[in-house]
Amino acid sequence: MRIAVIGAGVVGSLIARELCRYDVEVLLIEKNLDVGWGVTKANSAILHAGYDDPVGSVRSRFCSVGNSMYTELSRELDFEIKRTGSYVLAFNDEEIAVLHRLLKQGEKNNVPGLELHDRDTILSREPRVNPEVKMGLWAPTAGITEPWMVAIAAVENALENGLKLFLNEEVVDFERQNGRIVGIVTNKAKHRVDVVINAAGLFADEIAKRVGAEFVPLHPRKGEYILLDKKLGSTVRSIIFPAPTEKSKGILVLPTIDGGLLLGPTAEDLPSDRKHDLSTTSQGLEAVKGFVLKLVPGIDFSMAVKTFAGLRPESPQKDFFIRASDSVKNFVNVMAMRSPGLTAAPAIARYVVEEILQQQLGLKFSPKRDFNPLRKGIKKYAELSVEEWQRAVKESPAAGRMVCFCNEVTEVEIIEAIRRGARTLDGVKFRTRAMFGRCQGGFCMSRILKILERELGLDASKIVLKSPSSWIIDGKVRE
Amino acid sequence: MKTDVLVIGAGAAGMAAAIAAAKNGLKVIVAERDEITGGILNQCIHNGFGLHYFREELTGPEYAERFRERLSEYTDAIQVLTDCHVLKLNRDKKALLVSPKGVFELETKVVIYAAGARERPFGSLMIPGDRPSGIFTAGVAQRLMNIDNRKIGNRALIVGSGDIGMIMARRLTLEGTEVVGVVERLPYPGGLLRNVIQCLKDFNIPLYLSSTVVEVRGKERLEEVVVAKVDEQFRPIPGTEKIFKVDTLVLSVGLIPQVEMLDSLVSLDARTRGIACSSTGQSSCEWIFAAGNCTAIFDLVDYVTREGERAGEYASRYVIGERFTRGVPIVPGENVMLTFPNFYSDVDDLTLYVRCRKPMERAVLKVGSFERVFEDLIPSEMIVVKVPRQKLTGLGRIEVTLQEV
Repeated sequence: MRIAVIGAGVVGSLIARELCRYDVEVLLIEKNLDVGWGVTKANSAILHAGYDDPVGSVRSRFCSVGNSMYTELSRELDFEIKRTGSYVLAFNDEEIAVLHRLLKQGEKNNVPGLELHDRDTILSREPRVNPEVKMGLWAPTAGITEPWMVAIAAVENALENGLKLFLNEEVVDFERQNGRIVGIVTNKAKHRVDVVINAAGLFADEIAKRVGAEFVPLHPRKGEYILLDKKLGSTVRSIIFPAPTEKSKGILVLPTIDGGLLLGPTAEDLPSDRKHDLSTTSQGLEAVKGFVLKLVPGIDFSMAVKTFAGLRPESPQKDFFIRASDSVKNFVNVMAMRSPGLTAAPAIARYVVEEILQQQLGLKFSPKRDFNPLRKGIKKYAELSVEEWQRAVKESPAAGRMVCFCNEVTEVEIIEAIRRGARTLDGVKFRTRAMFGRCQGGFCMSRILKILERELGLDASKIVLKSPSSWIIDGKVRE
Repeated sequence: MKTDVLVIGAGAAGMAAAIAAAKNGLKVIVAERDEITGGILNQCIHNGFGLHYFREELTGPEYAERFRERLSEYTDAIQVLTDCHVLKLNRDKKALLVSPKGVFELETKVVIYAAGARERPFGSLMIPGDRPSGIFTAGVAQRLMNIDNRKIGNRALIVGSGDIGMIMARRLTLEGTEVVGVVERLPYPGGLLRNVIQCLKDFNIPLYLSSTVVEVRGKERLEEVVVAKVDEQFRPIPGTEKIFKVDTLVLSVGLIPQVEMLDSLVSLDARTRGIACSSTGQSSCEWIFAAGNCTAIFDLVDYVTREGERAGEYASRYVIGERFTRGVPIVPGENVMLTFPNFYSDVDDLTLYVRCRKPMERAVLKVGSFERVFEDLIPSEMIVVKVPRQKLTGLGRIEVTLQEV
């Protein structure tokens, strides 16, 4: 049996890995040059505790379960998570009422450990928070991760277990016979398939439409962010939320996995024809700045190292849409993955494979006997003991050549990232954190370009930043 | 491993410091993270270096080469480790070094920190718009073109009219990239007048003063840059937008002293953002001396060399047993943006660097009981004066002022 997953975001990647546990042929088709580069790449990178989602919603069904699955998943796939905990802060009586409502909702959603904290407790744990705070909802299971790394790790592990990955390949059409899909047509090839899982992120509605299956319409909701230097990473220890509104969880202040401080996101609904609009705006960035100062006064914005925007797929229902199609018997939609899509993803992946495919559709899979659930991340030499590192350098001198000074990434790590599939500057960046630091590639970008050139056997003019036409240099200055 | 002096960084300051220490008979190890010594000089293939120090005009690589040769005259005393990154420096004077030859600990008596500066990245400007390829800092563009022989684009706009920005405008033009303009936020050029003439006027490159980039556009490679006029508070004025169709944006918007390795060991100066130093080059941690752009951003490499020599000299005397006082604070006063050094230790005359706050035709510099008149002052050109020791005696605080006359 051949099962194709469309979209290698965090949801598609985890579904593909889950499928690799069974004796089926798994195809993962992604239109970008790398995995995790759509919705997955730019969001708040939070493992939500699960108190925000309305009782009885599909979101609530998967959020806290997904959250709890991340501990084991991060151990198996060797990516980082940190259980920082989170606070929702209230500054007036109205917001205090919101906290009480969230506490009740969270308890119904089986979120463990929720507590209401008074001002003194909050300020003793988070001394930089606005001292006008009145009350906070503490959620100890909330945490942070690197979303793209979840997708990268899942795909690497799935590849070990037989996955066929097709990057830079866009689905353009489907071949049908007797109300079933038998083939996927991409801009490059035709793939014969028995089952199709639609995890195409923002574009999942268009895929479903093309198939002739049910769907919910998607529009992008833009979130703009500001990332600050590691010097400010310890400003807060946990994720600081404002009291949520109808529309969003608000603009947050949170630490990042690699020690920075992330501010954002805004929430701007865009029409459905602007699914490629990742631009930041002066209004958006100003909104982020103004808002976060109410939560944590005194943030020094001159320490910004990057601004960016991400898009999350929103639907009129404001809920996930995960179900087998009634009209196309071998097509499954996993769409409308707004927040908390990242958190819910592991639970959704298991649900799709075990319940939808096996129970509802009655597909018969046998477990793969030699499935290996473990993947090792790229070794970070700067985290080794001096003795271990010394041994590694004796074996390979490149393990002692520091390429990225800000985040202490060695040449061996860059080479390893390329061996694992990085083909672009961003591919190296998101796998190693080189160029992610305070100088943003000022010292290492040209060196990484050379390493890519050497390892791929390509001229630098053929190497791109992130997409086919995002060229970096245009040949030589002189022959 | 053990040494008397560990010099971190082998750019202009580090090389000069190492030589000064070797002249005093000390054993020196220089750790340089790049493959060769010389630091940023190696990518600055334009001329204009060394006018003060050598009294002749050299290119960056030539200037570096002179010091490389001098270093090699002290092979008994100085060991240069290239491709060698100092990972950590501890309070017990032990450093952890990593290089392709090994990872090892080094015990030293004194450190001369000469790590230079880094460029302010694009992201720190918080310019709205897309995040395409084709946006480079001037240093990256310079390295790609001058060392790696790579053409960075076909039509470029430069942001920042500091010396580096203007020199890159000329360089790009000479290498066949059309430069459509240089954008400057201030109402006057940010760099030396000679560069305005030699790099922009001579090549017919327009300079857009009181202007700023308000948006960058391009889903993949850069396609358009939107520039607007700014008011006195540098706020963009709506309706003044002008669109440049370019595939390349080169940013020359300032340097930031690299201090992170010493963050928890020494105090910094709030204005320079660099390591706060006494006139001996000594930091707040008595066995750490610092020199060059990691202390304050200097206009000329010649100054950086002098500061390196000074730090090397006093660090050597410290190793030999001499002790210095931290001295009295030197603080910027009227019309002064910043001063360096940050403290005056009463062992010698004071070489003082001053940057004014605004352009002035004529002003009196006052430091203690010292006064001198300067003409045609602009913030981008540092004033350098030697203030005799006797003019500074008995002061508890040295305020530096520039009074317009």
